[in-house]
Amino acid sequence: MDTAELLALYEQMALIRRTEKAAHDLFLQGLVKGTTHLAAGHEAIAVGASAALRDDDYVFATYRGHHHAMARGATVEECLAELMSRATGLCKAKGGSMHLTKADANMLGSYAIVGAHLPMAVGAAWSARLRGTGQLAVAFFGDGATNIGSFHEALNLAAVWKLPVLFVCENNLYMEYTRIADVTAVPRPAADRAPAYGIPGEVVDGNDVVSVQEAVARLARRARAGDGPAVLEAETYRHFGHSRSDPATYRPAEEVERWLKHDPLDIARGRLIEAGVPEETVTAADGRAQTVVRQAIEAAKSAPPPDPREAFTDVWADGGAAWRT
Amino acid sequence: MADVITYREAVAEGIAREMRRDPSVVCLGEDIGEAGGVFKTTAGLLKEFGRERVWDTPISEQAIVGAAMGAAMTGMRPVAEIMFSDFLACCWDYLANEIPKVRYMTGGQVTVPLVVRTANGGGLGFGAQHSQATENWALTVPGLKIAAPSTPADVIGMMAAAVRSDDPVVFFEHKGLLAAKGAPAPPGHVVELGRAAVAREGADVTLVALASMVPVALQAASLLAEEDIGVEVVDLRSLVPLDMATVLASLGRTSRLVTVEENPYQGGWGATLVSVVADEGFALLDAPVRRVAAECVPLPFADVLEEQVIPTVDKVVAAVRSLAAY
Ligand SMILES: Cc1ncc(C[n+]2csc(CCOP(=O)(O)OP(=O)(O)O)c2C)c(N)n1
Repeated sequence: MDTAELLALYEQMALIRRTEKAAHDLFLQGLVKGTTHLAAGHEAIAVGASAALRDDDYVFATYRGHHHAMARGATVEECLAELMSRATGLCKAKGGSMHLTKADANMLGSYAIVGAHLPMAVGAAWSARLRGTGQLAVAFFGDGATNIGSFHEALNLAAVWKLPVLFVCENNLYMEYTRIADVTAVPRPAADRAPAYGIPGEVVDGNDVVSVQEAVARLARRARAGDGPAVLEAETYRHFGHSRSDPATYRPAEEVERWLKHDPLDIARGRLIEAGVPEETVTAADGRAQTVVRQAIEAAKSAPPPDPREAFTDVWADGGAAWRT
Repeated sequence: MADVITYREAVAEGIAREMRRDPSVVCLGEDIGEAGGVFKTTAGLLKEFGRERVWDTPISEQAIVGAAMGAAMTGMRPVAEIMFSDFLACCWDYLANEIPKVRYMTGGQVTVPLVVRTANGGGLGFGAQHSQATENWALTVPGLKIAAPSTPADVIGMMAAAVRSDDPVVFFEHKGLLAAKGAPAPPGHVVELGRAAVAREGADVTLVALASMVPVALQAASLLAEEDIGVEVVDLRSLVPLDMATVLASLGRTSRLVTVEENPYQGGWGATLVSVVADEGFALLDAPVRRVAAECVPLPFADVLEEQVIPTVDKVVAAVRSLAAY
């Protein structure tokens, strides 16, 4: 990867990090309702994977999906407006933090039922094959999702039909509050299961954007060549708790410290400096990200709430919601 | 064209007509290919359309419906088979949480044009885990359309409407009707969802029925005609959209209402229907409404026990008679 590309990925990660920080602050100010599952710490997975994909590839994410929506082109303003229940939100304020979706960029949704979207990604890959488009489908999911039935059904079906789909596990060591290791029969919850379905299961440093990009690019080439699905387990850590209500006190201090030192932004920054990019150039990228987020916060704040009548649109394809004549 | 066709043949014919018309229609499900489906409702499809259009799956209800959803979101029109409607519980997440909500919660960004077909209902002595009438499960979920045809021609016409629908449709094929014969459907036959049919006209009592209960209602109506009680039988054909206009118009003629449901009384579709009548058609009524529905027990195996639980012609006749005399 050349330094210009790496710098662009760094800036994207910085943008996501600052947006997550903004989401956190806006929640504390009472401007974001419900809950948020912040992805600060996971940026390199979304950004690295997206950099390896074609624009028309399909992406499916979980309720922890801000980073995937943004990596696939959702603007900061659309995302924050959605979180703040504004008419200009990405999903017209009908989805919220857990359902960010950017369908016109083939980011086909964020799903709050653990594991539900894995078979959908298989279906999207099946459809791509039937239509002969060469598109790939990628499902991003947590380590916790590897113990639900849909994970196993999806891997088997994808393998037996040899579909172009990648299963990317963001292993942040924890489900909600329980360590994945305490409730899983194998040490690598995703990668260790892949061989049971006859497909490759690889592990990558999920905090190194370059490693993620390279691994996804390689597995994507393989899948597009007709060699079938693969599982990529990306090791990472969430900086915040599971969701807004979780201070994450169950995590040992030295573990937190170790992982915070292995920060995806620092790693990318280190790579840039090492490659001879001046410090000011990197700092300028941070500054641009900060400006974009600041402006997006203001724009989202001043956007209007949704028209109450919007509650009765979009159930059916005709736009309405009538269940009877 | 044959002069009669079975309900079973109509299912395969209905799907085949849509597959011929639209290359984006593909089928998936357990045993649907070479085997032609455990009820032979997909017989001939693999032979005509080949393996790229008719896909045998593993026993993976979540993957079947989840993959159908992903394909539907990306340009295909999948028709997924869930062998017995009882097994919808294995993929209920997709029916309850995923498929019906994605359009809404994405603010209209994503469309899910798929059909989930399934063999529904009792009458064949399959026992409690293969005999339930589960259309009322689907009725509790905003965002699903629900088709439940009672005649071979309607199977074909409603299959056309279901496959062409840009919204998700759960298509209940009744096991007890598979061998039933009826008039074939003319070419290009489409029965729009949300249009009930008046299956028999009558001036005294309106009997509203669905799927397997339509022939039961019609038999009851014939018997009651001998007592000079004129029964109008309305075949709802679909639960969502629900054709209340036809029901209310019929009540305008008869002023008396009985619903006949195979699903259990509690939470059954009849409850919704009569509540709308109470809200909007109370002035049309000259008598209380009656609901004939299944009892609230798991479905027993023996015929003599099953008859205790599912509505029979006798039970319907008794309900109508009591109302006619009111
Ligand atoms: C089917 C289901 N069961 C339980 C939950 C509640 N829940 C939400 S997130 C979560 C933890 C998931 O952990 P993981 O898959 O590792 O993802 P992460 O949150 O770490 O990104 C649980 C149990 C749910 N949303 N869906």
